[in-house]
Amino acid sequence: MSRSPLPGLLISFAVLLAGLLLAFTVGRYPVGLGDLFAVLAAKLSGHASSTPAAVETVIWQVRGPRVIAASLVGAALAVAGTAFQGLFRNPLVSPDILGASSGAALGAVLGIYFSLGVFAIQALAFAGGLAAVAMVYAVGSAVAARDPVLVLVLAGVVIGALLGAGVGLIKYLADPYNQLPAMTFWLLGSLASTNPSDLIPLLGPVMIGTLILLALRWRMNVMSLPDEEARALGVSTGPLRIAIVAAATLVTSASVATAGIIGWVGLVVPHIARTLVGPDFGRLIPAAALMGGGFLLLIDTLARTAAQVEIPLGILTAFVGTPFFIWLLASVSKTWSAP
Amino acid sequence: MTMGLTRRTLLAAPSLLLGTARVRAAAVTDATGRALEIPATVARVFPAGPPAAILLYTLAPELLLGWPRANRAEECAFLLPDICARPEVGRLTGRGNTANLESVIALKPDLILDVGSTAPTFASLAARVQEQTGIPYALLDGRFDATAATYRLLGALTRRDAEPLATYAEATLTTIQGRVNRVPENERPRVYYARGPRGLETGLGGSINVETLEFLGARNVAAEQKGGLATVSVEQVLAWNPAVIVTIDRDFAANVRSDPQWAGVTAVRDGRVHLSPKLPFGWVDFPPSVNRLIGLWWLAKILYPQHFSEDMRELTRDFYWRFYHVKPSDADIDRVHAGRD
Repeated sequence: MSRSPLPGLLISFAVLLAGLLLAFTVGRYPVGLGDLFAVLAAKLSGHASSTPAAVETVIWQVRGPRVIAASLVGAALAVAGTAFQGLFRNPLVSPDILGASSGAALGAVLGIYFSLGVFAIQALAFAGGLAAVAMVYAVGSAVAARDPVLVLVLAGVVIGALLGAGVGLIKYLADPYNQLPAMTFWLLGSLASTNPSDLIPLLGPVMIGTLILLALRWRMNVMSLPDEEARALGVSTGPLRIAIVAAATLVTSASVATAGIIGWVGLVVPHIARTLVGPDFGRLIPAAALMGGGFLLLIDTLARTAAQVEIPLGILTAFVGTPFFIWLLASVSKTWSAP
Repeated sequence: MTMGLTRRTLLAAPSLLLGTARVRAAAVTDATGRALEIPATVARVFPAGPPAAILLYTLAPELLLGWPRANRAEECAFLLPDICARPEVGRLTGRGNTANLESVIALKPDLILDVGSTAPTFASLAARVQEQTGIPYALLDGRFDATAATYRLLGALTRRDAEPLATYAEATLTTIQGRVNRVPENERPRVYYARGPRGLETGLGGSINVETLEFLGARNVAAEQKGGLATVSVEQVLAWNPAVIVTIDRDFAANVRSDPQWAGVTAVRDGRVHLSPKLPFGWVDFPPSVNRLIGLWWLAKILYPQHFSEDMRELTRDFYWRFYHVKPSDADIDRVHAGRD
């Protein structure tokens, strides 16, 4: 793998750019490219813009925040997926492997069940995601085993199932006329209700987590070697694993808290990024972030434009993700089998 | 002598029982066309879900065994206190049920009452529960325009005079419909029905959630697509630009006026966001039962103020007396109208 990573990164960037342009100019409310530039120019120059107030509202208040949120969530899920796939040396791992999504789901349905406000629901989802992974990690560390990574995955499966049962219980107890539909919509994932104020609690954790992972890129490369070799190179795997899990969980929880449950992005996008730029995490993480942001932007644009009603993101990513994944398995499985 | 008497009694007994049965127990056909054998006395009725509980409460509160969900204090303020305090018994509506069949039997109901869809799925579930428990299970039509017929059927099932309530329902629906029919198409406002804390859940065309809106001939902006509940985006609402927003969510109603995202929507700009009353039960949508009859007046006055001059306080007091058997004070009524808990 000595080829230059530049074309791959450029392609990833192009995907994001295309996604941004398309997302900004397509929507249920007609806003053209010209409107967009007029509004942007007016904002930059400080002059009053000639576009109608509604167009400005759509760009600054509705579509703009949603586009930013979509790219952040896509990037976050892809980066988390990349980190977990590297950590577990397993291509079938996705960001919710350690229960972050199930924990967030339980937090959110509890919030809806107790009729809390939107902010509280998101905060509970975020806290639930972090708590679930902390619980998984505690269980994983409590069990003495020769293969700590395998134990961690098993603990994730078990805790995830338990939290899933909790979600089922709350849905079962919920008021079927009011709360249950709200829970169902949330669990299917959507960015329909993105507010400008959602961006800060999303941006903060995603930036922090991604920067931590970027800072650890060299150590993560070493992690892909067997534990003994990594230790021989002076990398202590225990604390490193905690740092990676914490950073990936932070970004996953923040994105699930904002957008609900969106599968497949964190599983599929890291694979695409890997085929484009190779296995070096220094390039893989930026490529996955760009690609993930672009991918979810395209999906979300489809979700909000295909019909008058929103199509849940989780459903679209599965429809797009599964065939793609099958194709990927058939064509590029060599990337994983031998270096 | 004694022997003869006993023998005569024994001989007479079957015919006596049959005679009683012919006089007292009655076969009533429910809304799905299933013939039910209704016992001689119906004193305990198990409601399968909230619509059934409300319907039964309005006609014969003392028959209600319990509530699908325990009532809250603010709800009990508008219901008969001792009936309102009856226990929580869960839902018995097919797969999503929370009531246990054994505990249903243990409550010894004379009748299980369900109100809602009469589609084959629910008819067969009713038949199955009836077969398993041996308790007659009556499924009544929950569609809004079937309200009067549903009351008459409930009257036959419980041997009560349902005529006053059936007549009220009929009169309300025909009066309102008559006036709405005179409203020209272009005076019927385009309405968006908002649910959820951000107001982005809405009822598509034909959904049970917008039955009251559709009955009033309002142009539901989301009706182009048919179905149940769905999520839409603010952008879509901006594109629809409804003149009136009806919501059941207090948070949304309180925040939408200061939300810059919604500032461009005509209904918000014109101050035409209306929070639906919800005590003791939701007036517009949930649970979908006879509580919507008063909601119909409320909505009609909002949509066509020039055609509905009735005093809402008066209407509310009258409705609460007829259906909920309580006399709220003016202050109580104002509180209900404000949509507060």
